[in-house]
Amino acid sequence: MPTPKVKFNETPAKGEIVEVKTMIDHDMESGQRKDAAGKVIARKIINTFTVTLNGKPLFSADLAPAISANPAVNFFFTATEGGTLDFTWIDDDGSRYGLSRAITVT
Amino acid sequence: MRALLVALLLMAWVGPALADPPFDPKDPAMVRYQAGIKRSGYTFAEPETRAMQDDDFMNPAMLWVEKGEKLWSTAEGGTAKSCASCHGKAEDSMKGVGAHYPKFDKGAGKVINLEQRINICRVQAMAAPEWKYESEPLLAMTTYVKMQSRGVPVAVAIDGPAAPWFDAGQRFYFERRGLNDVACSHCHVDNWGRHIRTELLSQGMSNGFPSYRLKWQKLGSLHRRLAGCNEEIRAEPYPLGSFEYVALELYLAWRAQGLLVETPSVRK
Repeated sequence: MPTPKVKFNETPAKGEIVEVKTMIDHDMESGQRKDAAGKVIARKIINTFTVTLNGKPLFSADLAPAISANPAVNFFFTATEGGTLDFTWIDDDGSRYGLSRAITVT
Repeated sequence: MRALLVALLLMAWVGPALADPPFDPKDPAMVRYQAGIKRSGYTFAEPETRAMQDDDFMNPAMLWVEKGEKLWSTAEGGTAKSCASCHGKAEDSMKGVGAHYPKFDKGAGKVINLEQRINICRVQAMAAPEWKYESEPLLAMTTYVKMQSRGVPVAVAIDGPAAPWFDAGQRFYFERRGLNDVACSHCHVDNWGRHIRTELLSQGMSNGFPSYRLKWQKLGSLHRRLAGCNEEIRAEPYPLGSFEYVALELYLAWRAQGLLVETPSVRK
């Protein structure tokens, strides 16, 4: 079970630019490797990463097979309102790994 | 026109050499990665790779450290003990421990490395099964324990009962092997700082292991790296955890003496 983690300034001033760092523990199996018996190892990657603030989309990314294991996605946004940041990573097998963090804008 | 072409070709010929990662021995940020002439692999790494290692959040090896921290207090085996039952808080009890391995163990009657020490604890104190070499839990625990020595200079005992292992490791280091007929020393003593094709040769210091290697896309032990080295020179690798690699690990630790433990490091 992958364990995602995120880090950002949880109490930014209004208008401040916040850097969000995220990382998830995942093999990102590309689907292009073969095992010892010569059979293709099935692709299994995190294909989508989305972040919402109070339910509204804030950031999203489509991830491709060439992205390395344990993908780290960092992004910036301008703090305008407080609330809840929801992070969701979607796996090829349909599993969703999520994390919620509160943010207070002062 | 022709003169211009010749001039351009000449410029290309004498233009800047291969772009090596920047390194200035007097740079204050680099001082802690050197000890005399010794240079940690960090100083040979690209700036982007160094930045990954410097930031504990962005360092992917920390994922294993977090797993190791959980395992530290997980009770297992016949005695239902965890590491924490005997050793308490790892931050206190394991500080500096990893910097002195491999070392001679009276109970085992031989020189053992940190991985083997952890497995001896599991069998004798916890009555739990050994972890396989290079398995996820063993990597996680080794990295977690070794990280408690981060910033402590490597210092190993090579005299007394450890001497035969040190001698064997030293012999291994200077012995030609494999189809390419080269020894460790040919790259890492005689030619460090030079290129083997596009590859910048480091001094082969072991102070950052277990290390997250971008090529592996995961964390790996020193022995895995040694096996990789042996394959590259077309020699048959020894089994991980074998006498040969533990002896070599002791010799490498002696070579790296004075450099600070960097576990968990990030390398290309």
